[in-house]
Amino acid sequence: MKIMVAIKRVVDYAVKIRVKPDRTGVETQNVKMSMNPFCEIAIEEALRIKEAGFASEVVAVSMGPAQCVDTLRTGLAMGADRGIHVEATAPLYPLSVAKLLKALVEVENPGLLLLGKQAIDDDCNQTGQMIAGLLNWPQGTFASKVVIDKEKQAVTVDREVDGGLETLCLDLPAVITTDLRLNQPRYATLPNIMKAKSKPIKKFTPQELNVDVKPDLEVVEVTEPPKRKAGIILSSVDELIDKLKNEAHVI
Amino acid sequence: ASTLVLAEHDGGSINAASVSAITAAGSLSKDSSISVLLAGSGPSLREAAEHAASCHPSISQVLVADSDKFTYPLAEPWAQLVQLVQQKNGYSHVIAASGSFGKNILPRAAALLDVSPVTDVIAITESRQFLRPIYAGNALCTVRYTGADPCMLTIRSTSFPVTSKPVESASSRSPISQVDLSTFGGDSIGKSRFVKQTSQEAEFPDLANARVVVTGGRGLKSAENFKMIEKLAGKLGAAVGATRAAVDAGFVPNDLQVGQTGKIVAPELYIAFGVSGAIQHLAGIRDSKVIVAVNKDADAPIFKVADYGLVGDLFEIIPELLEKLPENLIRGDVGQISLSGWVSLGFDSS
Repeated sequence: MKIMVAIKRVVDYAVKIRVKPDRTGVETQNVKMSMNPFCEIAIEEALRIKEAGFASEVVAVSMGPAQCVDTLRTGLAMGADRGIHVEATAPLYPLSVAKLLKALVEVENPGLLLLGKQAIDDDCNQTGQMIAGLLNWPQGTFASKVVIDKEKQAVTVDREVDGGLETLCLDLPAVITTDLRLNQPRYATLPNIMKAKSKPIKKFTPQELNVDVKPDLEVVEVTEPPKRKAGIILSSVDELIDKLKNEAHVI
Repeated sequence: ASTLVLAEHDGGSINAASVSAITAAGSLSKDSSISVLLAGSGPSLREAAEHAASCHPSISQVLVADSDKFTYPLAEPWAQLVQLVQQKNGYSHVIAASGSFGKNILPRAAALLDVSPVTDVIAITESRQFLRPIYAGNALCTVRYTGADPCMLTIRSTSFPVTSKPVESASSRSPISQVDLSTFGGDSIGKSRFVKQTSQEAEFPDLANARVVVTGGRGLKSAENFKMIEKLAGKLGAAVGATRAAVDAGFVPNDLQVGQTGKIVAPELYIAFGVSGAIQHLAGIRDSKVIVAVNKDADAPIFKVADYGLVGDLFEIIPELLEKLPENLIRGDVGQISLSGWVSLGFDSS
């Protein structure tokens, strides 16, 4: 079985983002970019499934500008076998990404598709569900545990849902999106980083995949959220209780 | 305009977040008709439909899909149900609350209908223009949907508080009708099977819906010390949260993590102990009404966003709070209360 993992290049999670003065978006020039943390978890899970003997190959896919190749190299350094880059300069919304992934699934025929549950830039939390819908595959979103049953060609997924965990059994092929608790991604070692440089990355364009990426969404503006102003420093617990009771009225 | 609201139900009533979604639907346009879609099987579905029919005055009708295929809220049959109902009735909008139910189902249904959904809407500025947080709330994006019907969105329930009263007289309840499932079916149904549901211990309220949240950071120093946070939360009727640092240090499991990659909270009162105030954490608490920070480092960034700060040793301050906080602090929590409970809470003007 082949596993395909979709990974996204985003502003590093530790960077304090800045909204552009012209309100068209968030500054990404000269900002540290990294693999979306949930996508790292997806790669890690794919590698563990392969290492457990349930998969033969892990293919990492990224979509966007030329620099996505750096993100793919990170995935390859973690241990993915090869990469696919769909080069696109215009912003891609989840529906387009799902359509492009569907086209790639038809080329590659993976038995499992892994994605992060959401990207930490647009916070959409949609792509996995959408590609599952387009393929008519079952979906296990927000996964915190994944167990493959090779004989039954099925996968058991624990999902983090409001107020607890839900366990589902999905027939393969399936789509799984990863939540925080699923695993702790590995760091790429120096020898593996070197090795990753010679692993193949295949390029496609949306035209080659026959996908129309014309968006049906448009960003009107991006603004700073209202700032919370610093409050007051109190001197005692008594004063705090008094303020909460008589000024804020929250206790 | 006509709107379809996907409602989640449990134990014979639709949940509070779904009522918020109905409230959001009502704010799309003044003359919008609102249909509420419920799916499930058996008596609890019928009970939930009765509840839905009287839970909000703006509902035009309640649609019920009753089949074994919907016994559990699986995305595969649900998405196809939404597609079926949409193709029949041609709604202009489809809305769900952005809990794990709505986020799981709505994008899949949107893909089947070939439209882009909008996640986590916090304000509706025009009927197809919405405000939503991006970068975990560190920026706000106004986005316009320009595609064909339906315009699909999930709404953050804390942004659409329920203000209208449930319908009391039986005559003004909205009609309930069954969805014709004779043409229902499809490739993906049956490929996903429910195995079990494990509920969290209900010792503390759910983070996302709690009125008060008490959070501990690295300053707690150990899992043992973290119990102090739980004790205080117990007294306040609060949910327990933690920072990524506290989770990484192994004090608590990471389902308690509040922040960009964890849970986003918006309580009336948020109290942080030993929390420095990393960007990722602040992103998750920004919408809290009142923030209190206790930290021994007077330069901790958390004090820049806290309404009230106390510089001091939390190991002295928590016991003092436990001793001095008045008794009977526990008030109702919308997410936790059953049908009759939350209906009366909706009336409560206090």
